[in-house]
Amino acid sequence: MTPVATTFFFYFLSGLAVLGGILVITRRNPVHSALALILTLLAVAGLYLMLYAPFVAGVQIILYVGGIMVLFLFVIMLVNLDRAAKEDQFNKQWLVGMIAAAALLGLFMAVYLKGKYMFPIQEAQLPEQSNVQEVALSLYGNYLFAFEIASLLLLVAIIGAVVMAKKRI
Amino acid sequence: MAPITTVHYLVVAAALFILGVIGVLTRRNVVIVLMSIELILNAVNLNLVAFSRLYGIHGQVFSIFVITDAAAEAAVGLGILIAFFRNKETVNVDEVDLMKW
Amino acid sequence: MLDYIKSYLDMNATPGQAGNFFWATVYIFVVFGGVSVAVMAMNWLERKALAHFQIRLGPMRVGPHGLLQPIADALKLLTKEDIIPAQADKFVFWIAPLIILCASFTVYIVIPFGPTHAITDLNIGILFMLGVSSLSVLGVVMAGWASNSHYPLIGALRSSAQMVSYEVAMGLAVVSAVLMTSLNKTGTGTLSMIGIVQAQQAQQTWFLFKFFPLGFIAFVVFAIAMVAETNRAPFDLPEAESELTAGFHTEYSGLRWSLFMLGEYAAMIAVSSIAVTLWLGGWMRPFPHLLAGETWDLVFSLFPGFTFLALAVFCFIGVARMPKHPYFRVQTIGLAGFGIVLGLIGLTLFAPPVRDRVFDIYWFCIKVAGFMYLYIWYRATFPRYRFDQLMKVGWKVLLPIAVGVLILTAIMGVIW
Repeated sequence: MTPVATTFFFYFLSGLAVLGGILVITRRNPVHSALALILTLLAVAGLYLMLYAPFVAGVQIILYVGGIMVLFLFVIMLVNLDRAAKEDQFNKQWLVGMIAAAALLGLFMAVYLKGKYMFPIQEAQLPEQSNVQEVALSLYGNYLFAFEIASLLLLVAIIGAVVMAKKRI
Repeated sequence: MAPITTVHYLVVAAALFILGVIGVLTRRNVVIVLMSIELILNAVNLNLVAFSRLYGIHGQVFSIFVITDAAAEAAVGLGILIAFFRNKETVNVDEVDLMKW
Repeated sequence: MLDYIKSYLDMNATPGQAGNFFWATVYIFVVFGGVSVAVMAMNWLERKALAHFQIRLGPMRVGPHGLLQPIADALKLLTKEDIIPAQADKFVFWIAPLIILCASFTVYIVIPFGPTHAITDLNIGILFMLGVSSLSVLGVVMAGWASNSHYPLIGALRSSAQMVSYEVAMGLAVVSAVLMTSLNKTGTGTLSMIGIVQAQQAQQTWFLFKFFPLGFIAFVVFAIAMVAETNRAPFDLPEAESELTAGFHTEYSGLRWSLFMLGEYAAMIAVSSIAVTLWLGGWMRPFPHLLAGETWDLVFSLFPGFTFLALAVFCFIGVARMPKHPYFRVQTIGLAGFGIVLGLIGLTLFAPPVRDRVFDIYWFCIKVAGFMYLYIWYRATFPRYRFDQLMKVGWKVLLPIAVGVLILTAIMGVIW
């Protein structure tokens, strides 16, 4: 079936995503930041659905929101942050940081203004009904080696995290 | 209203990316710096998926790799955070100066 | 109006797939209402069944055999004072129960009550279900943190650790069932909930009995993990009342507390329907191939009507055994009326057009009801785990078994 009210949902979801992003970097309390980040992640998952990428949207929800953000909240609760909330929230080089970010923004705008005519007009035809199967074939065909490397990376990360966080090994 | 094109998605991704960069460069709290990194990775993912509308499925596959990477990064980063908090009782980035003298 | 009804009768896909907004909305309301009623019924049944396990009577005063007890409870909770602790984080405290409720109810979008009786059919169905139901852990964590109190915080920490651990075993068990859907000529599996049941129909077996005992072991792993996921006994450490008073919802009262309960029971029904869809053949009636043919179809399609008639008969037995005293007159009349309503529903279900449309919903609900009874049975029977035992079971027993079953299923698939 064809999507409905695409324009409305695009502006709604992207507005939520950007709003969440702003809240993440301005909140004093890390738990509020984490909740704003969850809002952003869910909005981005909605944008993936609009881009006909349901599998990535599902992975985003199950891994990011259900996994990584729970980990963040868990650590925030383990680490007592009451003192940090009362201190100065921005570091000394914040002005330099803002200037660098503004420069990056200028770069992005220049690239998009100049480059938006270079996109192909014709969109690739991605069948939505077999999206999962397509991703799986690509993942276990072309990208099999990268997939194995990713599993190795996860193994290393698990060991590293355990070594870091454990009191006595 | 004008139809939504790929450029619209790229602009949203750019906005998220800039917000993430600002967060990484200016905040003192390590937890929020890590969250800003997640924001940056999400902007990258949004770009990849938006381009996969134009050039085929590869962008989506790559964004799955990026999500894997984000999970690994979050686990190690938070592990370091806990180890550091145990020793120094602080979570501010600019007080992480053990290697500096 | 007639056009709408006609478009429903002509539809041979789910309303979401057919793009039929009117009937999609109707389905959403029907499912939402049905689940709410099921939660209330479950509330009453759990108290009655638990009481009978312990040779008590349970609620008897409000209505005949306590039938109106859930309504009385709901009224009590609605009129109670809504307390927010002074030091609590107001916004997070306020939004946590809503997150749990939304997470548990959103899942029902993809649950297939029949080949056309689902709100919609996503091609990432099972992934969507696991993902959205895992959002409820966020609500638990937020509730525990926002209360700004010790017991809720400990409960939330336990709960998040427990739910994240058991999600892994649960996901792997689900993957081994999804793998079984790919055993066809083209070799393409599916994640869609309707597609999974259709694969079981095509392979002429429930996945429970596929590659016996592999499917069965995966099912058992899932059945254990789903009890842990929903924080029910014997894995109810997050709300262990003897140690943590009530765990993460200690500080909640009144309406918000009832939202937690509603979310918990809705989540129980949701994960049970995942188990039914993946391993117990979804909406299929028992022995669809062994006892095939017109006669058997007719016999099995009469079951829904007979079930309701049996319930009506129980009501009339209750009426007959009611004490003959003026105090009980209202109760007796009420119970008789309830029995008459049930009997009329049962008679309606015998009509051929209705019969053909509801019998798949009936078999699905019966299977889910079996799981609901198991939940009560577990709660009455098993003692609670200790936290280290819980983690040990999750990571050292269930996870290796799930991985082993997955590998063996893959090998069997290649050999087959």
